[in-house]
Amino acid sequence: MSTTTGMEQFHQTFFEESLEGLDLMESALLNLDAGAVDAEMINSIFRAAHSIKGGSATFGFTALADFTHVLETLLDEVRDGSRDVSQGLVALLLRAVDALRELVAAAQGGAAVDQAAVDVLQAQLRAELGQGGGEATAATVATAAAAGGWRIHFRPHPDILRTGNDPLRILRELADLGELRVRLDDSALPEWPALDPESCLLGWDLELHAEVERAAIDEAFAWVADESTLTIEPLAAPQQDPAVDAASDPTVAGELVAERRRTDRRQSEDRRGSAATADASSIRVGTNKIDALINMVGELVITQSMLGQIGESLSLGATESQIEKLCDGLAELERNTRELQESVMRIRMLPISFAFNRFPRLVHDLGGKLDKQIDLRLSGENTELDKTVMEKISDPLVHLVRNAIDHGIETPEVRTAAGKPAVGTLHLDACHQGGNIVIEISDDGAGLNREKILGKAVERGVVSDDEVAEMTDEKICDLIFQPGFSTVDAVSDVSGRGVGMDVVRRNIQSLGGSVEVHSQQGKGSRFIIRLPLTLAILDGQLVRVGDQIYIIPLVSIIESLQAREELINLVAGMAEVYRLRDDYLSVIRLHRLFNIQADTENLTEGLLVVVEGDGQKAGVFVDELLGQQQVVIKSLESNYRRVEGVSGATILGDGSVALIMDVPGLIRLTNAPSLDAARKSA
Amino acid sequence: MATILAVDDSTSMRQMVSFTLKGAGYDVVEAADGEQALAMARGKQVNLVLTDVNMPKMDGITLIKNLRTLPNYKFTPMLMLTTESAANKKQEGKAAGATGWIVKPFNPEQLLATIKKVLG
Repeated sequence: MSTTTGMEQFHQTFFEESLEGLDLMESALLNLDAGAVDAEMINSIFRAAHSIKGGSATFGFTALADFTHVLETLLDEVRDGSRDVSQGLVALLLRAVDALRELVAAAQGGAAVDQAAVDVLQAQLRAELGQGGGEATAATVATAAAAGGWRIHFRPHPDILRTGNDPLRILRELADLGELRVRLDDSALPEWPALDPESCLLGWDLELHAEVERAAIDEAFAWVADESTLTIEPLAAPQQDPAVDAASDPTVAGELVAERRRTDRRQSEDRRGSAATADASSIRVGTNKIDALINMVGELVITQSMLGQIGESLSLGATESQIEKLCDGLAELERNTRELQESVMRIRMLPISFAFNRFPRLVHDLGGKLDKQIDLRLSGENTELDKTVMEKISDPLVHLVRNAIDHGIETPEVRTAAGKPAVGTLHLDACHQGGNIVIEISDDGAGLNREKILGKAVERGVVSDDEVAEMTDEKICDLIFQPGFSTVDAVSDVSGRGVGMDVVRRNIQSLGGSVEVHSQQGKGSRFIIRLPLTLAILDGQLVRVGDQIYIIPLVSIIESLQAREELINLVAGMAEVYRLRDDYLSVIRLHRLFNIQADTENLTEGLLVVVEGDGQKAGVFVDELLGQQQVVIKSLESNYRRVEGVSGATILGDGSVALIMDVPGLIRLTNAPSLDAARKSA
Repeated sequence: MATILAVDDSTSMRQMVSFTLKGAGYDVVEAADGEQALAMARGKQVNLVLTDVNMPKMDGITLIKNLRTLPNYKFTPMLMLTTESAANKKQEGKAAGATGWIVKPFNPEQLLATIKKVLG
């Protein structure tokens, strides 16, 4: 078919909007499940299915169109009230949503579809509809071409013009079919003064001398048939017996042909699906964001030309007021540049609802599977964060939510026995705090079992017997992030395979974020995730060592202090350890690490920047603290190669390059065993 | 050349319709729902309205009903994009003042043929 030429360019948009439509359907279905049947909600579910059907049929995704058609018919019955919403129906519709996601992915050229499963589901939908096998096709009326042509009596109703229809269009269309003889009937036309130009008072008697099918004529009149008096009869008028046509049973034959065509199309589509896989990633951006960006660029251009002019006049000898203007201009340029940068960043920002939206379904399904009743609350869904960060945080979030449902929230019986409401609450919240996004996952379930965790930690040698007494609740909770740490006795298929929280923490840390847990036994747990809003810029503390400037991410800095002689210990000969209150910090000497000449090698003369990474603290020894500023992260890996302890580089205002420290990496670099030795000797 | 107002809440359908019409030399203005379309039609006279039926905020039939009350849209052709199954929608649309309909799914050639017929 040549008709699809150029249509491929709209496929990606179609896939994206279909998936969005499916998300919307899913969340609306889940709300229906909660017993809230409201007409607009059902309407929006129907609309989503309807759009997918229309688009898939238009763009030639037949399998998708066929499936959605059945779904749409079912939803239409719900919409017009002839079908009640039952739990069973909602479950069936949710499965249909899943199947559609697969079909969309297949159309996109991705994964193969489990066609058998889809067929079974489609059959179930049909069964629900009460239409056994084939579709209720509109009876096709056999229309024969009349021998000599057609005689048409056409009297449009006076108000036909008010629907935008023009009888002349119909005459033109008929004339295209063959020789048309027209006789105008203006008998209804009144005298001039009484003439209403907005009414059509003309009629036509037409003779079409052409061997065309009746259907072609019907089509020309289709839009106005209800608004006119119309008779169409063969010119020769040989009275035909319609029963003769039915002899060969055209309906059955028609169905067979239709069925075969459908399978043919499906096969050809499958072939097409496996061919090209163009997976262009795109984000839809609100126009207001782009407008803000364009405005800023305009401002920037103005400021720049202003500075240019001042520069020219300066060369002729600057006055004090000109220099003042230059400074003003520079300040403005700086402000505009910063705003421009923020605007550009915001284009990549999406509300976290994109990540949160999958949870109602997850909670619904898991809750059902584990016989737990859970009330999921979402808040702060409009909090925005970078698309890449969102994509990467999605899996850790799922893990934490699964854990909360599997291990946190108890069954209704257990909860009631403990004097809690039978329905557990799981709360997902997001908010901005400074340059970070904070995501909280809290539940009112059983909480972490302090004894069990400690017991396991001792058994695994993570914590020594002497240390047990000193363990605070906070530290015990933190143990669950240790590699291979799982207190679950029986591994369920929901969560708890032992690979878990350590991976969650590592993933979050690789995004420059942190995760902590607060828990009260019997009352519930609260996981707090902090993430940078974007991976492209970072709030950094500039530090100087000799003539080099390094950047330490502000999030990993706890405090900075001047070292006191008596608190410095030398362990095992060389490793330096600093005692800070009840804790021991290994000292990281940047000048030694990077082999540069520092102002001083004496710890008491410089500064110790206390940082934390991977749950460990360390003191970074520097000459001086400089300012704090946002820096644009340039990848060291793509420009040079990966360097342990360095997460990237940036270009400072004076054009020089500064390395950005990777705190967990730095800590790994300095030998950890020295700390244990220090603790033991203390 | 004639200006056509294309109304559809589905971006891909709207893009496809717009692309096809522009390719044939028409000017196209787009709207994503009835409300938006009504506001656009008030600010700019178009020669033909092509609207989807099922849309959020304001559906296509309500849009047509509203447009017909505007003096300068009394005789403007307005076509609905509708599916075969929705026979009652055709009647409803006609009652609201629709000129006619184009049955979905359609291909670009079918769309252009109908538009040409209507615009002459």
